[in-house]
Amino acid sequence: MSTATTTHSAVSRRERPPLLVAGPVAWARANLFGSFWSSLVTLGLTYFLIKFAVGFIDWALIKSVWTVPMDPATGKLNPEACRAAKGEGACWAVIWDKYRFILFGRYPFDEQWRGAIVIVLFLGLFVVSAMRRFWRRELVLIWIVTLTAIGVLQWGGVFGMPYVGQDEWGGLPITLILSTFGLAFAFPIAILVALGRRATTLPAVKLLCVVYVELIRGVPLISLLFMASVMFPLFMPVGLNPDKLLRAQIAIILFAAAYLAEVVRGGLQALSRGQYEAADALGLTYWQKMGLIILPQALRLVIPPLVNTFIGFFKDTSLVLIIGIFDLLTSGKVAVADPIWQAFSTEVYIMLGLIYFCFCFSMARYSQGLEREFAKSGGR
Amino acid sequence: MMRMTVGTLIAGAFLAVASTGAFAQGTGSATMDAIIKRGELNCGVAGNSPMFSLPNSQGVMEGLDADSCRAVAAAILGDAKKIKFIPTTAQARFTALQSGEVDLLYRSTTWTLGREGNLGGLFASVNFYDGTGFLVKASLKVTSARELDGATVCVAPGTSTELAVADYFRVNKIKFTPILIQDVNEIQKAYLSGRCDTYSTDASGLAGFRFQQGDKKTEHILLPEIISKEPLGAMVRKGDDKFFDIVRWTYFAQLIAEEYGITQANVDEVAKTSNIPEVRRLLGIEGDMGKALGVDNKWAYNAIKQVGNFGEMWERDITPYGIPRGINNLWNHGGLHYAPPMR
Repeated sequence: MSTATTTHSAVSRRERPPLLVAGPVAWARANLFGSFWSSLVTLGLTYFLIKFAVGFIDWALIKSVWTVPMDPATGKLNPEACRAAKGEGACWAVIWDKYRFILFGRYPFDEQWRGAIVIVLFLGLFVVSAMRRFWRRELVLIWIVTLTAIGVLQWGGVFGMPYVGQDEWGGLPITLILSTFGLAFAFPIAILVALGRRATTLPAVKLLCVVYVELIRGVPLISLLFMASVMFPLFMPVGLNPDKLLRAQIAIILFAAAYLAEVVRGGLQALSRGQYEAADALGLTYWQKMGLIILPQALRLVIPPLVNTFIGFFKDTSLVLIIGIFDLLTSGKVAVADPIWQAFSTEVYIMLGLIYFCFCFSMARYSQGLEREFAKSGGR
Repeated sequence: MMRMTVGTLIAGAFLAVASTGAFAQGTGSATMDAIIKRGELNCGVAGNSPMFSLPNSQGVMEGLDADSCRAVAAAILGDAKKIKFIPTTAQARFTALQSGEVDLLYRSTTWTLGREGNLGGLFASVNFYDGTGFLVKASLKVTSARELDGATVCVAPGTSTELAVADYFRVNKIKFTPILIQDVNEIQKAYLSGRCDTYSTDASGLAGFRFQQGDKKTEHILLPEIISKEPLGAMVRKGDDKFFDIVRWTYFAQLIAEEYGITQANVDEVAKTSNIPEVRRLLGIEGDMGKALGVDNKWAYNAIKQVGNFGEMWERDITPYGIPRGINNLWNHGGLHYAPPMR
């Protein structure tokens, strides 16, 4: 079907190609209505899609309730309008009432602008890191400066901003902190572990790396988080107990590092021996060999599984739910624990799903673009 | 020579540390000293439980457990705002207490022998007497759980409620069919859709669910029988009696205040005019009640002024959910809340 369109610009535009050979109609004919069964499936799926879309739009936009009045007697919102529409229309009033709690958790209400800036900083950091023209040594500096700024904003205590302890942090900043710091620290560890696992001349290091990876991979993340939150404090003297958030962060770093190490090792194994031997023949030291020749090629090979792991970990941070940290998902769940809104959890989960989807989908799209670019620039 | 100087310095430093420890004007309680030094009370709460501890839309912790914590902070530190709420899960709560991550737990925790005997905790107060109850539709015209012969009961599997329900029906020789559903929302849907005649869980939970029905709440009745005992209260670590005392007596002080009708609004007035000896001792005008506990004599005044008496906490946190005082009233109103005399 593409031959007609590609020659399109070459010939002078006297007449359009026949509609039934090129263009959307031809495409639909070839792909959607190719045979009797194909047509049947197309029609059936279209029917369900339209029915679902109409139902959803009806529920989400037309019959939905956007605001509810304040009850003057109690000073609380009166969700009667939502209850009346229950089952027919969405109640977006719950989002309107709770969006700041969902996004920022128990962070002091008047200081939540700081959380908003933190989110913007994170997004800016991701965008800048994604652009290849910023892939220079200065990028490390940008990361250090931004992460420091994020820490200053979250904690406060300087520049006239009141101090806010980690126990009051919550919402989207927590999810972004756990995943970004987690992967930023896990990635270098993962590379070292992957190299260590292949270091045949250092059996002790190799054993250590193997034990570490297998031990961590052998238990679910939940049990690691439980260990960090329940068992670890018992081993520490009273009062000398690292903060709950920090403990969870360390558990996530350790877990992510083990998985990433295996991904990186896959890339190392995929390279032919010739690359290693050529580097040796040039007289490069071990670290030069790895840094200049092996890792740049190996990491390029494993971009899809790396991004896959990144996406998985971004979502896995929501497991801190079970140790009482108010990340995005926990904040959403606590928001609908409010008896006024208990019956309207669907709306909140849709909002949470959209936020997670935006992050994960952009990661996936970005990695696709990266792969294509590398393929163009002549990857092997 | 040099080495000796360093050694002397270190020895001197150790001596200095030891002597400040020995001669410091401490409260005699390690926990309280730590709280005062930190300037904040670390209180373990559920953080996701309506009526007990749940952040509102502004992220401020609300509920009976949260307010009980605030009263303790006011008693020890003189300021109910000097408090850090640490949300703990049901599994991690006791570790959080044992490891010192929290100073006390107000986490709707049931006072049981096992928890005092095995877990190294002590229950300092009971701020809510809960128990397993039954909710039925008004259209069933049932007024007592004894009339539930042959009923289908919606209940969560593996809970103490399931056991309590089975025991209750067996003891009273009534037939019933349990419908076991894990998820709370699913249970509630099953009950509303009529799959079961009655829904059984903690009475506070039932009342909250009933409240959630808005205008339709009159279609559901909470039966008068409460078939198990669930005293929920404050848990502290064993081995710090002074701290135990202050947590327990803060609760008692709020009860005594309610008994005498001393509220947030009138406490200053009462302090000026009252000539009842117990009230004067309570508010720190005479006697050294605070000193005996190792805190300021204004400890109870601060708790009442900043948080209110027990009845006020109830009005603020529980009444909006439509739960009657019942056994949670003062002893002289037919309830179980009874404070020993303050003298």
